[in-house]
Amino acid sequence: MEPFVKVQGIVAPLPRANVDTDQIIPKQFLKRIERTGFGEFLFFDWRYLDDGKTPNPEFELNHPGYHSAKILITERNFGCGSSREHAPWALSQYGFRSIIAPSFADIFYNNCFKNGMLPVVLPEKTVEELIRRAEESPGYSLTVDLEVKKVYDQHGWEMSFEVDESRRERLLKGLDDIGISLRYESDITAFEARRPAFLDRQIAQHH
Amino acid sequence: MPKTIFQKVWDAHVVHEEPGEPALIYIDLHLIHEVTSPQAFEGLRLAGRKVRRPDLTFATMDHNVPTTSRSLPIADPISRQQMDTLTANCREFGITLYDLHSPRQGIVHVIGPELGLTQPGRTIVCGDSHTSTHGAFGALAFGIGTSEVEHVLATQTLPQKRSRNMAIEVTGSLPPGVTAKDVVLAIIGKIGTAGATGYVVEYRGSVIESLTMEGRMTVCNMSIEAGARAGLVSPDDKTFDYIKGRPFAPQGQDWEKALEYWHSLRTDDGAVFDRTVTIEGETLAPHVTWGTNPGHVVPVTGSVPDPDSFDDEIERRAVEQALSYMGLEPNTPMQDLPLDVVFIGSCTNGRIEDLRSAARIAQGYRVKSGVQALVVPGSTAVKEQAEREGLDRVFTDAGFEWRESGCSMCLAMNPDVLQPGQRCASTSNRNFEGRQGKGGRTHLVSPEMAAAAAIEGHLVDVRTWDVKGSI
Repeated sequence: MEPFVKVQGIVAPLPRANVDTDQIIPKQFLKRIERTGFGEFLFFDWRYLDDGKTPNPEFELNHPGYHSAKILITERNFGCGSSREHAPWALSQYGFRSIIAPSFADIFYNNCFKNGMLPVVLPEKTVEELIRRAEESPGYSLTVDLEVKKVYDQHGWEMSFEVDESRRERLLKGLDDIGISLRYESDITAFEARRPAFLDRQIAQHH
Repeated sequence: MPKTIFQKVWDAHVVHEEPGEPALIYIDLHLIHEVTSPQAFEGLRLAGRKVRRPDLTFATMDHNVPTTSRSLPIADPISRQQMDTLTANCREFGITLYDLHSPRQGIVHVIGPELGLTQPGRTIVCGDSHTSTHGAFGALAFGIGTSEVEHVLATQTLPQKRSRNMAIEVTGSLPPGVTAKDVVLAIIGKIGTAGATGYVVEYRGSVIESLTMEGRMTVCNMSIEAGARAGLVSPDDKTFDYIKGRPFAPQGQDWEKALEYWHSLRTDDGAVFDRTVTIEGETLAPHVTWGTNPGHVVPVTGSVPDPDSFDDEIERRAVEQALSYMGLEPNTPMQDLPLDVVFIGSCTNGRIEDLRSAARIAQGYRVKSGVQALVVPGSTAVKEQAEREGLDRVFTDAGFEWRESGCSMCLAMNPDVLQPGQRCASTSNRNFEGRQGKGGRTHLVSPEMAAAAAIEGHLVDVRTWDVKGSI
């Protein structure tokens, strides 16, 4: 996994609450069997007009000022709904490395960390202010620094954020969760030996 | 110290724990389907890893499958590729697969309980957010992403931070015509779509106890729509009666041991929750959503809300956006909305009891001309059971389409898709923009309300329905 230490980039505003994963990546694009190729379909139904080709000029991310954005700033409960990891894949493959919001849905939040992308929770009032700045001056950029747990801009504004320490550690180093869990393989084997047989006997007989 | 069922199940599954780190939790049952698993298997191959417990892993095909005749080839080559990939992966890694032609095929959250795989005290995961359904049996069950699917395949564990624990108590009893679906829609309306984020919810109280297992599954199924990590119900005799005799249920002496264990799982008297929400059952009515998330809900006698009635600026903007997408004017009575499509099915309401309830309303009536009404059983077994009971004839005589099982129009990955602008009463779980098809407009309801809506061509209050049939 790509580590996340510090990312500096243009901020794209998406002033909508409860953006669900069906919006982030609509179901018709979930049929791929690869992990790649989702970026072009990010926010597909919002991003394109009914012909599915012409960019919708009304959609925030289609503004030329946000085309190379690396940071998405949006409103509460981002990523609610389906567990599809295709949502963080699409955001990351489009070019986002960090998402800032007042709150995130649980599964989506977890999925971000598995893909080298950092979700940052900031207070709602702060988010509103940052959205306003990004809207008023496209090109406004922020730095998200996981090492010092701070978000700051080039004009002296900064704010700290909280993140679970073990998640921070794993993301900073780009560690593979499976590799970490497998360090405890002997514990897993011991646990399996302790499990009462009656629980799984029917399953065992089936196999 | 008294413990909740969540605390007991959690404690019984900790493989390894150290301060400052997430606990490593053992997973008893891993369910997989065609959409969120291919990249996980690919990851295993790239890393040269095996599936640790293929015996605790079960696969089926549901999201993508056509609901027209199973004897026809699958028209969409990409859907077919995804199903073929699941078949190949299960063969390569030695996993039991209930494919399109298996009598055990069905929506993953319908077949788990049906087969007796879903049991109290088990930890159950699946790459699908509605995995919370299995919590109805007192299992700790939650949805995971594809990286976590790979993690479970490789290790049979997951690193997890312990959630907080919420009690949602539904007291008293439900008035006639009010169902489990209405209970859970009312809960989400009350606490909001992020109201349970970070929590495992235990549903309690006399209303929850009085629900059938199917009803409890409907409630637990939609826990995720309130943001919860999981939802569960302490198991009781109803739970045990449901499981007994099913293919994977413990038998003989094992059954006695299992019963003893399962009884011990119930939340102890005096156990403490981090938060408690109470709803009085008597106050509930049939509910229907008006907007673009499941928290946008009113009683069926209500009207489309006015954005100006919301104090919160962000909420007001969201409501305006929702009304614009849904093509609705503020203050329109919900029952005035004409419908184009009715969908009865999904992991929320596609079980046998749901179909019986809908058939009871439909019997002796005809679907309104111009309305397309689909009935999609949640599993092949549900379909066969319904046919043995003659429910298929009740539906087809009334002008409903009777289909093969699958997720179907709940997420419209298969050919069952709303056209832009079509308005649908649906027994599924999500009314997100485009969920049932780009530009489609979804109103979530109970199976009874959906059947009545199909017949009248608009939403109606099922409490006033004249039941003609004998079901």
